[in-house]
Amino acid sequence: MKYSANSVWENKDEYDVVVIGAGHAGCEAALAAARLGLKTIIFTVSVDSIALMPCNPNIGGSSKGHLVREIDALGGEMGKVIDQTFIQSKMLNKSKGPAVHSLRAQADKANYTKTMRKVLENQENLEIKQAEITDILSENGKVIGVQTYSGAIYKCKAAILCTGTYLKARCIYGEISNATGPNGLQAANYLTDSLKSLGIEMYRFKTGTPARIDKRSIDFSKMEEQFGDEKVVPFSFTTNPEDVQIEQASCWLTYTNEKTHEIIRKNLDRSPLFSGMIEGTGPRYCPSIEDKVVKFADKNKHQVFIEPEGLDTNEMYIGGMSSSLPEDVQYAMYRSVAGLENAKIVRNAYAIEYDCIDARQLSPTLEFKKIDGLYSGGQFNGSSGYEEAAAQGLIAGINAALKILGKEQIVIDRSEGYIGVLIDDLVTKESHEPYRMMTSRAEYRLLLRQDNADQRLTKIGYKVGLISDERYRYLLDKQDIILCEVERLEHTSVGTSKEVQDLLEKQGSTLLNSGTTLAELIRRPELSYEVLETIDKNRVLLEICREKNPTCAEKLYHEVVEQVNIYIKYEGYIKRQEKQVEQFKKLETKRIPDDIDYDSIKSLRIEAVQKLKQYRPISIGQASRISGVSPADISVLLVFMEQYGK
Amino acid sequence: MKQDTIAAVATAMSNSGIGIVRISGEDSLYIAKQIYKGKPFQDHTIHYGYIQDGDEMIDEVLVMVMKGPHSFTGEDTVEINCHGGVYVVKKVLETVIKYGARPAEPGEFTKRAFLNGKMDLSQAEAVIDVISSKNEYALKSSISQLKGNVQKKIKEIRSEILYHTAFIETALDDPEHISVDGYSEKLKITVEKLLGELKKLLLSSDNGRIIREGIKTVIVGKPNAGKSSLLNVLVGEERAIVTDIEGTTRDVLEESIQLQGISLNVIDTAGIRNTEDIVEKIGVDRAKEQASEADLIIYVVDASRELDENDFEIIEMIRNKKAVILLNKSDLATVVSKNMIQSYIDKPMIEISAKEETGIQKLEETLKEMFFHGEISFNDEVYITNIRHKTAIQDAHSSLQKVMVSIENDMPEDFYSIDLLDAYEALGSITGETIGEDLVNEIFSKFCMGK
Repeated sequence: MKYSANSVWENKDEYDVVVIGAGHAGCEAALAAARLGLKTIIFTVSVDSIALMPCNPNIGGSSKGHLVREIDALGGEMGKVIDQTFIQSKMLNKSKGPAVHSLRAQADKANYTKTMRKVLENQENLEIKQAEITDILSENGKVIGVQTYSGAIYKCKAAILCTGTYLKARCIYGEISNATGPNGLQAANYLTDSLKSLGIEMYRFKTGTPARIDKRSIDFSKMEEQFGDEKVVPFSFTTNPEDVQIEQASCWLTYTNEKTHEIIRKNLDRSPLFSGMIEGTGPRYCPSIEDKVVKFADKNKHQVFIEPEGLDTNEMYIGGMSSSLPEDVQYAMYRSVAGLENAKIVRNAYAIEYDCIDARQLSPTLEFKKIDGLYSGGQFNGSSGYEEAAAQGLIAGINAALKILGKEQIVIDRSEGYIGVLIDDLVTKESHEPYRMMTSRAEYRLLLRQDNADQRLTKIGYKVGLISDERYRYLLDKQDIILCEVERLEHTSVGTSKEVQDLLEKQGSTLLNSGTTLAELIRRPELSYEVLETIDKNRVLLEICREKNPTCAEKLYHEVVEQVNIYIKYEGYIKRQEKQVEQFKKLETKRIPDDIDYDSIKSLRIEAVQKLKQYRPISIGQASRISGVSPADISVLLVFMEQYGK
Repeated sequence: MKQDTIAAVATAMSNSGIGIVRISGEDSLYIAKQIYKGKPFQDHTIHYGYIQDGDEMIDEVLVMVMKGPHSFTGEDTVEINCHGGVYVVKKVLETVIKYGARPAEPGEFTKRAFLNGKMDLSQAEAVIDVISSKNEYALKSSISQLKGNVQKKIKEIRSEILYHTAFIETALDDPEHISVDGYSEKLKITVEKLLGELKKLLLSSDNGRIIREGIKTVIVGKPNAGKSSLLNVLVGEERAIVTDIEGTTRDVLEESIQLQGISLNVIDTAGIRNTEDIVEKIGVDRAKEQASEADLIIYVVDASRELDENDFEIIEMIRNKKAVILLNKSDLATVVSKNMIQSYIDKPMIEISAKEETGIQKLEETLKEMFFHGEISFNDEVYITNIRHKTAIQDAHSSLQKVMVSIENDMPEDFYSIDLLDAYEALGSITGETIGEDLVNEIFSKFCMGK
């Protein structure tokens, strides 16, 4: 039973920011707001579930690794915590271009949760409170507070919804349906109605997770061992690379087979996905094993990754085999896989359904267009993944704080970061499934690399107030040194001396017919900055780094070398994308006035008027990405705005 | 605001005495200097000289240079006055584009003029209308003018590009499940093939085969009035099946013909009547649709039969269009006279017999007269569209060439996607399709991703 009238009481402590939910979005939001000096309180249904990882035991991965880097560059926490708690780490796509290199680390889940909780508990200006929020209180379209299950009222100036998968959550496998959040945690069953009464439109999404199996019941001799990288690269730009060279745990690879698929096919009618018991829309990129077997019927095996959930537990995560089949089928199916013949399941696989919103109700600052002071982030916004959640939480937290402080809020645009692509896609495009970040969604991918996230975003983090002077100084030095070094290499000639030709020959590179520059040599795929050291007589990079920053000279040096190599090698492509960005920015910076009356613009097509009225884009650029708005409509808008501006 | 440089034909595309190609934008002088041979430019002065593409002489011209802001658009503008005639004007425009200008969007000069403050507020509404109406037309014409097989080819090429891009992208997004190693060999074969196909399209575009050029002339009339016979006479061969059974022509037939130097794109249609026959009905609907988009309508009246409700429907349909009325079957006993029709509608009228081929010369003369009096004209948009399409195919071709270079230089696979998608986008501009969520959808529908 929710509170009755006589249990209502008002907490006299007034807050600036209330954060609802303490998952990956909530943690970043609360930390950002508190660090910007605002009195912040974070609510969670269970303090033990702060920064919980209820699904896969890893952070990062293709494009998600980019997000973590960007969060870190802006002053967020995720990268720092995973650097302290990972048990295996890999740079994915290392043989590909720098734009798609992506870090992925296996986390010790319990340690991750504990470490993040400790950060929250010790954050000045931040309180943690275990309670379910059931109502958002508002006056004249503005948030004034929240109310808990027990009736207590907490007044605030801004509230950030980070409810994850908890709203009206339902966990399902076979014919079993539990009205709980992930891992049997309490669901939040009341808040949806309060949001609906505020006029917020809700969607229902679903996702799923595989079983966890007892390590002692697995025969690893039938699987391939997967190791971490020999040299680990940290996520956070502030982590000393020496600190992350730890002894790593292994993951294991095995495969499903025809027998597995047969078991699944035979029992499809017992799957709640196919029987219609699940209404929510699931993601296409993270299909359950039964989805994969049905949709890709021609594949006779699928990969299965066995990943440790932590160092102090025997539970292993069965990556690639999420499912909502009944328990008996789960046993049969997992046990048909090589190495899992005697598997003991600790936790069953399940699908989970939850309420979330159509994020087109948000402005790119992540504030609701119709409700002043109400922000949201994470899976509640229709995304999926810890990293996507953290990224939004951080932006929502920063913006809620900036708003209260009366400062201009930040919007990262599509040319500045994956965070920008993520949020712009969420608030602009129609989506019927949980949104996952992918490198192919970023049109300026070559510029949005994980290695240069600091150069793209730390300045913004500094301006906001989440980056220390020292860290900012380090960045400025780094950028200066990179520029000078590239300039020097482009203007340093090399002749056809014996020393040069010998070096080229040794590296398997074509010999020179006439003089060239060092930069031209670095452009050759088989050569690099490092390789040319002996013929680069004026190189003093390490000395410069020592002079600028005696304490971190080595780190700085390696970072500069990496950037110099990338910049010179891919200069042609980088410049091309920079040119495209210039075009993009023109439309992006054309702000559409809030009070524009689309009905009065005669020449807009009806469909465009409807879409523009409904989603009220903030810029011409955003308007151009709304489906149903044509280039001709954009021209008309531009001309209209010119007239309007006079 | 920095703008790219645009070009278009500023005069009507007809065989008139002069044609003007206008270039506007920052690089317009630069571009003009590369192709103009004559005395050096001075501002607001007319220069006599030649336009050349490298060694190839294109036309003898007068060039006027107007530095911004003192020009129509407010930007640096060059106007090339060349000899009229569709071919020459087109060639000059193509040369300008080859040297760096982009084909202007419909209404773009006007839009720039407005945005650069060259027009006052009261003109804003008008400008908006020009842009939107021209765009609507361009959009419609751009796709409808595309020949069916060309459209199909472009769609095929696009879908192949998309498939390969999606594969690469899936592997990059899910490297632990899908490996792209060694894929470049496979891709190379595909890209080589696609390059060949694009080259073919480019060659055919030079022959004007990408879109239908010419005055869109639609022959209408009630069933068995002799429309198909007329087409055969005009073409000079048996193109349409002619019988004396009503409703023989059930679909739309199309032929390009040259009449006294004017190119006509003649379209024969199903006879218009109320019919229960489903196939014939579709033909009738198509005939009406074609007629509504026509530059010129030839209305064939069967003079041997009384006017009926079908004729009256057609008369209403052509009332506000350029049309010629032919009283056919003058070889038979006629019951319909010129005066009878004149009481309903006032259009040029000629008596002919398609069967005996009499009156055809009169028709040709009438059409020629109408053309040179400017009563009927080419649709400028068609030429502009054609050049725009050609530019797009060229862009796609050079993007795919870049993919080949990347493969040969052993660049990582993610670089292929950049150029593949550029090619995909360029071709999409022809068929009116954007990238949107295509790639993401293709990834999910064709490839199995992890977790």
